[in-house]
Amino acid sequence: MWTRLIALIVKEALVILRDPRSRIILIVPPIVQLVLFAFAATLDVKNVDLVVQNRDEGASGIELVRRIEGSPTFRSVLAVHDPASLRRAINEERAIASVDIGPSFSRDLVAGRPASIQIVLDGRRSNAAQIVNGYLGAILGDYIAEQNERFHRPSATPRVVARNWFNPNLTFTWFTVPGLIAIIAQLVGILVTALSVARERELGTFDQLMVAPFRSYEIVLGKLLPPVLIGFVHITLYVVATLLIFHVPLRGSLFLLYGSALVFLAAIAGVGLFISALCSTQQQAILGAFVFIAPATLLSGFATPIENMPTWLQPLTLINPLRYFLVVTRGVFLKAMPPAEVGRQTLPLVCIAVVTLASAGWLFRRRME
Amino acid sequence: MTEHPYSALARARRVRALVRKEAWQIFRDPSSILIAFVLPLVLIFLFGYGVSLDTTHTRIGVVLERATPTTRSLLGAFQASRYFDVRVATDRRELEEPLTLGALRGIVVIPATFDSDLWRRTTPPALEVLVDGSDPNTAALVQGYVQGVVANWAIARAVESGMVGASSGSDQRFWFNAELSSRFFLVPGSIAIVMAMVGTLLTSLVVAREWERGTMEAIMATPVTTVELLLGKIIPYFLLGLASMSLCALVAVLVFEVPFRGSVGALFALSSAFLLPALGQGLLISAATKNQFLASQLALISSFLPTFLLSGFLFEIPSMPRVIQWITNLVAGRWLIPSLQTVFLAGDVWSLFLRDIGVMVLFGAVFIALAARMTKKRVA
Repeated sequence: MWTRLIALIVKEALVILRDPRSRIILIVPPIVQLVLFAFAATLDVKNVDLVVQNRDEGASGIELVRRIEGSPTFRSVLAVHDPASLRRAINEERAIASVDIGPSFSRDLVAGRPASIQIVLDGRRSNAAQIVNGYLGAILGDYIAEQNERFHRPSATPRVVARNWFNPNLTFTWFTVPGLIAIIAQLVGILVTALSVARERELGTFDQLMVAPFRSYEIVLGKLLPPVLIGFVHITLYVVATLLIFHVPLRGSLFLLYGSALVFLAAIAGVGLFISALCSTQQQAILGAFVFIAPATLLSGFATPIENMPTWLQPLTLINPLRYFLVVTRGVFLKAMPPAEVGRQTLPLVCIAVVTLASAGWLFRRRME
Repeated sequence: MTEHPYSALARARRVRALVRKEAWQIFRDPSSILIAFVLPLVLIFLFGYGVSLDTTHTRIGVVLERATPTTRSLLGAFQASRYFDVRVATDRRELEEPLTLGALRGIVVIPATFDSDLWRRTTPPALEVLVDGSDPNTAALVQGYVQGVVANWAIARAVESGMVGASSGSDQRFWFNAELSSRFFLVPGSIAIVMAMVGTLLTSLVVAREWERGTMEAIMATPVTTVELLLGKIIPYFLLGLASMSLCALVAVLVFEVPFRGSVGALFALSSAFLLPALGQGLLISAATKNQFLASQLALISSFLPTFLLSGFLFEIPSMPRVIQWITNLVAGRWLIPSLQTVFLAGDVWSLFLRDIGVMVLFGAVFIALAARMTKKRVA
């Protein structure tokens, strides 16, 4: 049995490496993805453009504007002198927020009256706007606290001292890049397996494989192992890039990561084989893979957290292999995830792998009869 | 009387015949209907429900090191906030493990000295917030919400006790989207992604199939000119693109309850301008590859991915590295999405729309001209 199996695996590996289409899939998407996603997929809020209307003539208004200008978050702070141009700047998206300092701001602060500024934010980009609002609120809060201290007034607003665990500067690439390891493993795993059976069927070699003295589980294993190995190569490349290019700290054990990756790739290859068993052409297999990959990526927590989804949708993510492996890659890199927790995330992957591989094997057998 | 084969009338008739042929092909091919109507619906529901930046009911822990009326009232403020689901503890060590495992997004520590510090002039009281930084966006939002809860609590207390001076702060308004629902800007943006899919992927697949099967050569052998041939392709897919856009816009307004504050005319003007580069790109890809497999790969990489990643749909363009910011200018979707979000949420801002329409029409002209050149070369 072993010689047969090894012969089959070697044959599969050669087919994948020799076919120009497969080679394109092995080389182009991983590079495009690493460059595009790592640099572009950011929810960081930097280089923000603001408009400020300072109607206050006192020192406090000027000082506040100076502090806003000095903050590294803001790229440009445009001074305007009438409400109409303020409104226009927001409407035309030339600024995400406007700050309006009223004429009595300095006087109120000195006199101990409530002093306030008005901030208008562009709700068309409500996520970035909320974060900008947080930055502006912190600048204003610090300034008011200082003034209260200067005039010996009790400051009733407690200071909030925030500490970020695992990622002290909230560097966005530390979030995205470990996630990309899971995404690339999924992409390569699905495409390689989905194309392999469909290609054989297109060329008519699948029938030859079926009449050869193989059992259907041997065929499944032969189709399964090459993508798993190729997946390991890609994971390794991405792990190296994560450490050397993006300087993400590795706090947990790579051994745990690879152990979990093995099960994840088996589950993914199972899905790919299942898709390709249903398709009769490579064209269909590509579309089928896309139909799986797009929702699986969106519903995995890769870009936005699962807990933000509506409650009726969240249970659906439980059958998504990517969801579990993402927790593992991020956890191993940033959180030194303990083995028990890695195991807890890998167990569902084992179940998914068993189900998908068994059904792919069953589909092959059915095709044979 | 014989008609000149290149008279305006003959041209119009040929284009009409081509359009009719293409229309039959669309209606008879289930995969076109699938890509033009089913896939857009699936995508818009996925984006509408699956992608959300709204962190309501974030699970946080509050550590009450000493229970006094003041600290309990602050705890109550956290429990009353719609942003948080609060788990209470008296020692932070109880909550550190759930924070590591991701069961909590943050821990707010109200220190034992909080009450006494609150009235002392020298040290303003401090709250400690520990946030799970492994998801930076949620972490920043949680920090902001904690600050908001504390500030509102302090202002309410200051007003109660007559300390008006302490109630200084900012008064914020979120225009266009007071509910701060991320869905309101993601759903209009996903319409752009749908149009990119229909315009580029469907067109490139269908036309590449004609090249593959040789039916393109058959058409070329007729007196049809390149311009007529391209028009015959563009018109039906343009209408199909507008149809799937309308379907998605209806779903956006009726199902996702996204406000529509602009005019229908502006929506169609913007969509039409975007479909020119989308279709042009599809035609160019199919003429250049003549192969369905390559065409679909190229369409996904050159149209779907950039419209998703580099258009400002979800990710902030100003935060990207400068080189990538520059590249985003070449993505047609980047010029559609701000205007599309504006027409839904803000109303008609023609100064913005005209600039974006101008850029998209320019891109469209370039792509279509290149496609025409490519098609002509293949025949010669």
